[in-house]
Amino acid sequence: MAGNAVVSVQHLNKVYQSGTRRVEAIGDLTFDVEAGDFTCIVGPSGAGKTTLLKCLSGLLAPTSGAILVNGHAVAGPPAEMAVVFQEYGRSLFPWKTVRENIELPLREKNIARAERRRLVDDALAAVALAGAGDSYPWQLSGGMQQRVAIARAVAYQPKVMVLDEPFAAVDAQTRADLEDLMLRLWSELDLTVIFVTHDIDEAVYLGHRVLVLSSSPTRILDDVLVDIPAPRSQATTRIEPRFAELRTRIYRGVQEAKSAARATSEPIKG
Amino acid sequence: MLLRGAFVELALPLALFALLFVASSNSTNFYFPSLAKVLERFDALWLGQRFVGDVLPSLGRLILGYLIACLAGIAIGVPIGMFGPLRRAAEPVLEFFRAIPPPALIPVLVMLAGFGDTMKVAVIVTGSIWPILLNTVEGVRSVDHVLDETCRTYQIKGMSRMWHFVLPGASPQIVVGMRIGLSIGIILMVISEMFAATNGLGAAIIVFQRSFEIPEMWSGVLMLGLFGFVLSVAFRLFERRTLRWYYGMRDLERRS
Repeated sequence: MAGNAVVSVQHLNKVYQSGTRRVEAIGDLTFDVEAGDFTCIVGPSGAGKTTLLKCLSGLLAPTSGAILVNGHAVAGPPAEMAVVFQEYGRSLFPWKTVRENIELPLREKNIARAERRRLVDDALAAVALAGAGDSYPWQLSGGMQQRVAIARAVAYQPKVMVLDEPFAAVDAQTRADLEDLMLRLWSELDLTVIFVTHDIDEAVYLGHRVLVLSSSPTRILDDVLVDIPAPRSQATTRIEPRFAELRTRIYRGVQEAKSAARATSEPIKG
Repeated sequence: MLLRGAFVELALPLALFALLFVASSNSTNFYFPSLAKVLERFDALWLGQRFVGDVLPSLGRLILGYLIACLAGIAIGVPIGMFGPLRRAAEPVLEFFRAIPPPALIPVLVMLAGFGDTMKVAVIVTGSIWPILLNTVEGVRSVDHVLDETCRTYQIKGMSRMWHFVLPGASPQIVVGMRIGLSIGIILMVISEMFAATNGLGAAIIVFQRSFEIPEMWSGVLMLGLFGFVLSVAFRLFERRTLRWYYGMRDLERRS
């Protein structure tokens, strides 16, 4: 384990057992995430991405292996981590205003009122929602709701921000805007980000490192360093030759993972 | 716009009232006196002394019994809803108690608590508590699991979790139970007073009936109807206020 690792996953294994049925979701995963990294995790659907994320965020206990956050083994949700869920509409409290939603975790951290106010204002400004503090989440569009969820994570000042396919449910234009928002927050706020997605282009565009997962039981197929310099831009980055190369490499990896899974799970008829 | 809404809502009751007034004006039937006569009695009886002597005691018992039922129903329902094993153990028992018609408990409660206010309040509590309790269990059980995970990852625990997540999340369902509980409470208030009481709306109606003061009896029925109506309007105001976020969200979803 490198000295600088904020998150360290060591021989993570997760088996779901119900009655006599035994499903091995995660086979054996080992990786470190360094402070300040933007790591994307991609894999075919059914690759145990959600299971990995739930283990990372302490919502699910691993069957064996360990996860360390900031050097401490994860037993429950770690206080240094903020999670942004895919279901933005269901992760914000509908009975609270935008401001109250962002403020609640800060109140639990016993941060003084004036400081809370400043943190909430800064977070809202960072996601360009300065005027929306007194609205209710359900009065906002999907993309705006997800920005509120991101603002809540930013205001929480976590060591690590984990996002679970956060932009899967918004339209393409909004998605591009939200991707650029994430890149901007990452560079301005010095965050460590773990970003789970099924979209290879998104992973290469955002990440400085992309971990490619196999189908379950999940292993790491490929660990790709994305050596495309910042700042990245929706208009130019995606047409760079290096972008295409990396995209192709990861795409092939995911395709192989899928066909390997098919070969083992479906008998060949003939 | 608001005026038009009020007009539409009031038009039918007013029309029916007018129709009954005209149709019954020449009534010679002893049991169905003219509405004019009932109203005259209503005016003489209920707007004066009897309001203090009968309506207020009824209202006091109802409010006390209903508040106890709400607090106890929610306080017992929340832990049952939160813990699966407790819920599976408690549910058959709850269903059994709910199935007992509350008036059947009046003889038992008279034996235990006598004919006084304690008995009547107890009758109201034993009847109203079930819908509140069962709806609280269901509301707490079905809170959103993504919000639950949000609470866990942001270290929102204990009383704070209860106050900011569990109770508001279950509140639409709890309020449904409270609305049913209120109408059961009114019914039981009247029945318990008819069973044994010296004052109250139910007692007054029975006394008039037994002494063949038929217009007076009808005026009591009318008073009871108004009593229930005012309470249901008050409840609706409370509901609109506490669940403003819920109705706002629902209206928005319907429009889109």
